Amino acid sequence: MNSMKAMNRKARKVEETVIAMTGEVQALQERGGEGKIYYPMGCTLNFTPGWEVDVSGGTAGLCQPVERDLFDCHLGCGWPAQVPDHLNNAPNWTDKCASAANDWREVDIVFP
Amino acid sequence: MSATMVPVTASPAYRLREYHAFESDGIRFLYLVPSGAIFGLDAIGQEIIDQFGGRDRAQGRTREELIEILGRSYTAREIQTALLELEQAEVIGRGDSISKPAKVPAGSFPLQRIVLNVTNQCNLACGYCYEYSDDKITNTEGKPKYMDNKIAESSIDLLIRESAARPSIHVTFFGGETLLNFPMLRATVDYAKRKAGEAGKTVEFSLTTNATLLTEQIVDFMAEHRIGVTVSLDGDRELNDRMRVFHDGRGSYDVIVPRVKMLLARHKTNSIGARVTLSAGVSHVRRIYQHLTQEVGFKAVGFSPATSNPDRLYHIGPQKMDSVLGGFEDLAFEYRDWAIAGKQHGFTNANDTLKDLHSGISKAYPCGAGLGLLGVGTAGNVSLCHRFVDSPVGKMGHVQNGGVDHHARNEFLETHNLSARTDCSTCWSRPTCAGGCYHEAFVHYGDTSAANLHYCDWIRGWNDLCLRVYGAISVHNPSFLKRFDEQ
Repeated sequence: MNSMKAMNRKARKVEETVIAMTGEVQALQERGGEGKIYYPMGCTLNFTPGWEVDVSGGTAGLCQPVERDLFDCHLGCGWPAQVPDHLNNAPNWTDKCASAANDWREVDIVFP
Repeated sequence: MSATMVPVTASPAYRLREYHAFESDGIRFLYLVPSGAIFGLDAIGQEIIDQFGGRDRAQGRTREELIEILGRSYTAREIQTALLELEQAEVIGRGDSISKPAKVPAGSFPLQRIVLNVTNQCNLACGYCYEYSDDKITNTEGKPKYMDNKIAESSIDLLIRESAARPSIHVTFFGGETLLNFPMLRATVDYAKRKAGEAGKTVEFSLTTNATLLTEQIVDFMAEHRIGVTVSLDGDRELNDRMRVFHDGRGSYDVIVPRVKMLLARHKTNSIGARVTLSAGVSHVRRIYQHLTQEVGFKAVGFSPATSNPDRLYHIGPQKMDSVLGGFEDLAFEYRDWAIAGKQHGFTNANDTLKDLHSGISKAYPCGAGLGLLGVGTAGNVSLCHRFVDSPVGKMGHVQNGGVDHHARNEFLETHNLSARTDCSTCWSRPTCAGGCYHEAFVHYGDTSAANLHYCDWIRGWNDLCLRVYGAISVHNPSFLKRFDEQ
């Protein structure tokens, strides 16, 4: 960190979170500064897997909470994880998921 | 189609959030509240904070303003990064900062320690004793004078049961005068070790005593079983004998000190600390510390003002508490100087506070009473802690009839959480204080959930002092602080 130095154990924990949140990536509220392209934090580039969770291990810090986004984002643009083919090969993969916010754990894992 | 002008608005303003600023050796630090994180400010951090106009935390500054003001010294990128860091660390914030109330622990919290009142009898008659003086809240009528072995065994069983998956537990022996019931104590130590071993746990012991009854045999037993010992002693003969007297008014110093010296020479397997109770006529902090460490030989000395109603003659009033704080400052600065030289000082008040500050503790409760710690009276009644044993409040069950009353315990925890103490909600010391001792509150206000408003200023003064000491040590000898990581 440039502005402060962590002195006690709690500060070091806070510092870890701060560094994870800042670094080279602009946070969601900031538009890209000085010629940088704006990437909202928590969202991945298209077809880049591995951003299913935010820095705290949850989903609330993602582009939109994934449980709200499940049926939108993966069709419209790129979604933080690969999803099964809803049309042809795995039409039933969200059958147990009536309400995404509550039942997202029931979504099947599909092995190709 | 008409073109719509999008108005350019400035970003929302930053405001200062909650912290306590302090300075040590030319470095500026922030103690963040309620997280308890301590940060040293670098140059850009200092300059940004300074733009927020002193004490008026309501004054806001936008990013654009700050970039303009600080543009001579820093690039816009540097300022933006710094602002991001300060915001993530919750030093500054935009919009309303909602402080999250501390969470109540769910369900039952595993027990770590019981304090056994092995007897309510004592061979001394110390003037300020919270068990015997006019301020006592206990009623021992009808209760046995001594705890018997069966109750003690049930207490150990209860501790093991309630400790769930905790690998280590602790038994503290208390009184009255603890050593009046030494045979039971000895039997209980053996029982506890056996039962803990069967449960796959380790057990540690400690006790508090007035040391008048120490014998070599007892000391050897304590050394063999690694029992931590706290000796209640108030200083040199003149000071000690003001309040710590036998029932006939005789002072206890001459009986105690030779025995304490024998204890210190013979028992090396655990810590031996002196506990000083300060009262109106016994508040000479430096003199007492000097005597107990140099003349008597203690390596650790802790001070505590007597818990008492303000009407008592021995009550330390606000002016005397100021001079006590001055005495504490004197010892704390000495602690600092020793720490910078790599030496462990014996002023345990400072040591314990610095340990809490180093970990960045942020308490929801002032202590472990009712949480990880429970007291047991001579008849087997379980209570909040040893100070509430056999008193009208803090009843938490019985070791043989029903065990811990979890309903009472959860109710207590819910009503005594820091978020319930509204007086504390804006105090910067609340992460380490959390409102203060329940017993103090009950004696002063008749309500265990009352914040101890009578010592708020004092506590903030003490914590500010300890923060400055912490700052100085972190600048001059940060490796000293590593010992707090290991504990």
